[in-house]
Amino acid sequence: MVIMNYSNNMKLETKTIGNIFADNPKITSRNVNVFYHDKQAINNVSLDVGSKEIISLIGPSGCGKSTFLRCFNRMNDTIDGCKVEGNIVLDDQDIYHPSVDVVPLRAKIGMVFQKPNPFPKSIYDNVAYGPKIHGLASTKDELDSIVELSLKNAGLWNEVKDRLQSPGTGLSGGQQQRLCIARAIAVSPEIILMDEPCSALDPIATAKIEELIHQLGKNYSIVIVTHSMQQAARVSQRTAYFHLGELIEVGLTKQIFTTPQDKQTEAYISGRIG
Amino acid sequence: MNNDHILSTFDNDLNRLNKDLLKLAKLATEQFVNSIDNFSTQNIDDIDQLISNDKNLDDLDEKIQQLGFEIIALRAPQAEDLRRVISALKISTIFERIGDYSRNISNRTKALCELSSDDTPGVNIGKMGLVTQEMLEDIIIAYKDKDSDLSVKVRDKDVVIDKMNTKLYQEVLASMSRNKKNIVSGTHILFIAKSIERVGDYVTDIAEHNYFLINGKPLSDNRPKADKTSLYGID
Repeated sequence: MVIMNYSNNMKLETKTIGNIFADNPKITSRNVNVFYHDKQAINNVSLDVGSKEIISLIGPSGCGKSTFLRCFNRMNDTIDGCKVEGNIVLDDQDIYHPSVDVVPLRAKIGMVFQKPNPFPKSIYDNVAYGPKIHGLASTKDELDSIVELSLKNAGLWNEVKDRLQSPGTGLSGGQQQRLCIARAIAVSPEIILMDEPCSALDPIATAKIEELIHQLGKNYSIVIVTHSMQQAARVSQRTAYFHLGELIEVGLTKQIFTTPQDKQTEAYISGRIG
Repeated sequence: MNNDHILSTFDNDLNRLNKDLLKLAKLATEQFVNSIDNFSTQNIDDIDQLISNDKNLDDLDEKIQQLGFEIIALRAPQAEDLRRVISALKISTIFERIGDYSRNISNRTKALCELSSDDTPGVNIGKMGLVTQEMLEDIIIAYKDKDSDLSVKVRDKDVVIDKMNTKLYQEVLASMSRNKKNIVSGTHILFIAKSIERVGDYVTDIAEHNYFLINGKPLSDNRPKADKTSLYGID
């Protein structure tokens, strides 16, 4: 057990190897435990997500990385029998405080899922939906601007600008995923969570999404769960390795993939356990 | 913890790389040891055989480089696997170079065979060769056994060869000053000694690569050096 100082008079007990702290944290999570009924899925995990940082969560299936990701926007609230303990703070706000309304919280923390899930609506309406319900545009021109900017930032504008009223579901898989990213960033989030965003895409579409993640990282904090270690290596600045619900090691991506400190991390990233 | 990869073909490739590298290490050591023996025995057939054998080392190095590139391209090795492949590529090149120096020693020895032994300065090349041979044998053990401490010992032993080279240099210069007939043979001997000294340097490079492979961090850059030959002026 390592004890780290993380503020003037607070100490943190963690078994995690490496630096769990970020210089300029956007999210701080401390001693997070997650239970599905009696089964503990996350065990005493503490980790910061830095401002405008891209961090990857990796680990074998069932290690808890997606469960931990979903803690950040309280997606676990929707799962029956799921209980989250510990402390997760976005800027200065405890996101699990009873007074917190999850609707604006999820506008601040956007999410992109494994399988592209556009609404059965037009490309335009897919992106415009969020700004409309959150009241981010007061005129049609403002809404048009948000849609255009979001599609441009998602790298999709040039491919769809002439068919904005076509159904979003008619796009290719990679385009649909970029549409979902455009939809997520249309509500001006501060953080984007991505749960295996490329696992259903071909290598070209994957490369486009990875380039997009790189570009988005200049303005947003991004937490990405991925099964592809090469993807984690390519897109993220820090990497966190989970195993059996515990955060085993976290460090700079270039360090994790060249000289990991923990034997379990080494075994996983070099394809010895899975 | 089981050290095997889930993908057995990955293990097969790494094992093949390791096996070929150790084979090259053995060949390079043999070439070096024989080049020193040939200096004493001066058997032209053995010398010619050694010179022609050098191509085997070149071919094996090329095979290792090709396999290393394939592993990087196809297996995307990480962490210690990555260090192992990169180190293997570098170490292989070094052993190939040690083979080249052994051939150079043999070329010089062949030239010496043409000269009268009366005109050859009497110096102890064999002793220098023996210490270098020990370093070569130890570094192969250190590589096989992932022995970090032995790697450091091998690296630090290079200073012994440097000192021997400096002493030999002085002796040969003195011999050439005394008798001008010794200049041709003395020059060949200086080059032979320099080749041995360079092999010692190459073994220290292998030791440093092996240390990095085992520990994931470089060996500090304060290795002892004692080759003073470049400091000697004409006077």
